Amino acid sequence: MSDISAPLPRPRSLVAETVRFYGMWIAVAVVLVALPQIFSSGGALTTFSLIGISIIFAMSYNILLGQTGMLSFGHAVYYGLGGFLAIHGMNMLAASKASVPLPLVPLIGALAGLTFALLLGWVSTRRSGTAFAMISLGVAELVSSSALILRSFFGGEAGITTNRTKLFHIFGWSFGPQIQIYYMVAAWTLLAVIAMYALTRTPLGRMCNAVRDNPERVQFVGYDPHVIRYMAFCFAGFFAGIAGGLSAINFEIANSAYLGAAQSGTALFAAYIGGIGLFIGPIVGAIFVTYLSLVLSDLTSVWQLYFGLIFISVVVFAPGGIAGLLMKHRLVVRAGMLLSVLKAYLVALVPTAAMLAGLVLAIEIIVRHTVNATGGPNINMFGMSLNSASPTVWLLSVGLVLAGYAIAHRTWAYVAHAWDHAATIAREKGYLA
Amino acid sequence: MTPAPAAMPAITIRNVNKSFGNATVIRGLNLTVLQGERHAVIGPNGAGKSTTFNLISGFITPTSGEILLRNQVISGLPPYQINRRGLSRSFQVTNVFANMSVWENVRCAVLWATGHRYAFWKNVDRLPEVRERTAEILEDIGLLARRDVPAGLLTYAEQRALEIGITTAGGADVILLDEPTAGMSHAETERAVELIRRLTEGRTLVIVEHDMSVVFGLADRISVLVYGQIIASGTPDEIRRDPKVKEAYLGAEAA
Repeated sequence: MSDISAPLPRPRSLVAETVRFYGMWIAVAVVLVALPQIFSSGGALTTFSLIGISIIFAMSYNILLGQTGMLSFGHAVYYGLGGFLAIHGMNMLAASKASVPLPLVPLIGALAGLTFALLLGWVSTRRSGTAFAMISLGVAELVSSSALILRSFFGGEAGITTNRTKLFHIFGWSFGPQIQIYYMVAAWTLLAVIAMYALTRTPLGRMCNAVRDNPERVQFVGYDPHVIRYMAFCFAGFFAGIAGGLSAINFEIANSAYLGAAQSGTALFAAYIGGIGLFIGPIVGAIFVTYLSLVLSDLTSVWQLYFGLIFISVVVFAPGGIAGLLMKHRLVVRAGMLLSVLKAYLVALVPTAAMLAGLVLAIEIIVRHTVNATGGPNINMFGMSLNSASPTVWLLSVGLVLAGYAIAHRTWAYVAHAWDHAATIAREKGYLA
Repeated sequence: MTPAPAAMPAITIRNVNKSFGNATVIRGLNLTVLQGERHAVIGPNGAGKSTTFNLISGFITPTSGEILLRNQVISGLPPYQINRRGLSRSFQVTNVFANMSVWENVRCAVLWATGHRYAFWKNVDRLPEVRERTAEILEDIGLLARRDVPAGLLTYAEQRALEIGITTAGGADVILLDEPTAGMSHAETERAVELIRRLTEGRTLVIVEHDMSVVFGLADRISVLVYGQIIASGTPDEIRRDPKVKEAYLGAEAA
């Protein structure tokens, strides 16, 4: 089947691709500039800043997990050390009255992240898989426990603080108000995302994917997989350091939590929930996870439990993450089958929602009964006040879960059927499944 | 195309032994492959043919003895350094980058040889010589029309062709192919042999193969490996007539 009559060697026009490429980034920049005009409250600006930092951190993590196939449990080491060095740098700059403005401080974080990745990475990247995961965990524990021992540098339990307004003022910006921090974070996020995108398009970036897919074969096309993993690790450390530096600026404090397993977990969560297989995945995941953690932690004391459940659901039902799930629908849209699939979703939505509501109710009444018993028996849910001591409410939750599952189970089969049908039609129309 | 008598050895294997624990798989292996020849290694299952390939390509290191590539010792070097010195191998079980497109699979094999190495400051889509060479290889192996398909979704015969494409793409002048036609239909085998002949033109080829029509049609010289030792080495005619080979391996089939 060597049909060479079609002009194939350059099928995609580089010019059109270039225009689309720059057009997309310009559009993103416009949105970032316009966002504070639409959501101008201080809370919204803080949320956006946190999301930006989280995007950089999750994407730097995905250089390891999604691009190179390395599961790290200690990525916060480079984020945290970037943060600490940024704080020390700010304090020194303020003390020496050097004319270095605040927006350059994340570079200190980046260099710190890079330096420590260079130092700690060579041994841990010798192997991928379990060995790498275990070493990353060990290094993370080592560094985060030393944060409580080396008090002069890490400040012990309290951490170290700084005052970001004491640095050299550029354009008359003091960087006191959150709006100025927002713009700085947005600019750095855009820059870092563009840089990380560009990295995926380089020879190194492509060989990272090759190492992820088949490290053995990589050796037989001239490459040392260890060097590739090491370089990916250093880039990941560099970008994590930017995120850490921005975080230090945003909070004006760095403490041992910056380096800990929980912080590493947020990157893993965001990247995986968003989808590690797509470049955009960690961005989607970082937005989703950051926003949801802010909202959920206001609503319930056991928000981390819900996070765990969401994470498990993604791993089990949508290993491609949110972005992967959405991308799957491109096929359905192309086949012109979106409506029939959406109809199936609507049918499944009601019983599934009932089941989930029952589950949430069960969790909340159990928590109220066991952990927060002092808060009185009544809980507020779905705009109602429900008595967690009442057998009716317990029966209601169990009933919702059981009945919801019994019905939802059948509707899922219906959804699967609609999907199969759409996929068959897509295949008939010549789109790849 | 019999090589001139004065031809240089491309690969020299000297007294190589390989044991895994108590099991000795290769015992005192000696083999010389001359530059520019097509050399087939045949032998019954378990004779150590794939192990020999693994030894030459650096996938495993010999317990004793040495292996030379163009008179330079390569045994003990890691696979990527042996590859950089101009030796490339394929695998018996298809061993490609399954989630990457056909185009990217071949491109990965072109990047080192074109000198781009670990570059992180160049756009990989804007390297004209890489693009041309990748397109050339894909045209050769007949997969240009399938360039955007993930390698894992190719048909078996297409994957085997891609395997050969990746192996030859880096421009190595010594090519090792491990059972390139295994599992193929008769027609597919003929096409594969034609492809191998074309892609290895002017290079040294070492091939492990079970299909005797392929071996006798393609090879300039044949070595017979039995129980980790070469029991005979020579032209196809010499091998066909060799009583030791008849007894040990070809049996009634060759008579």
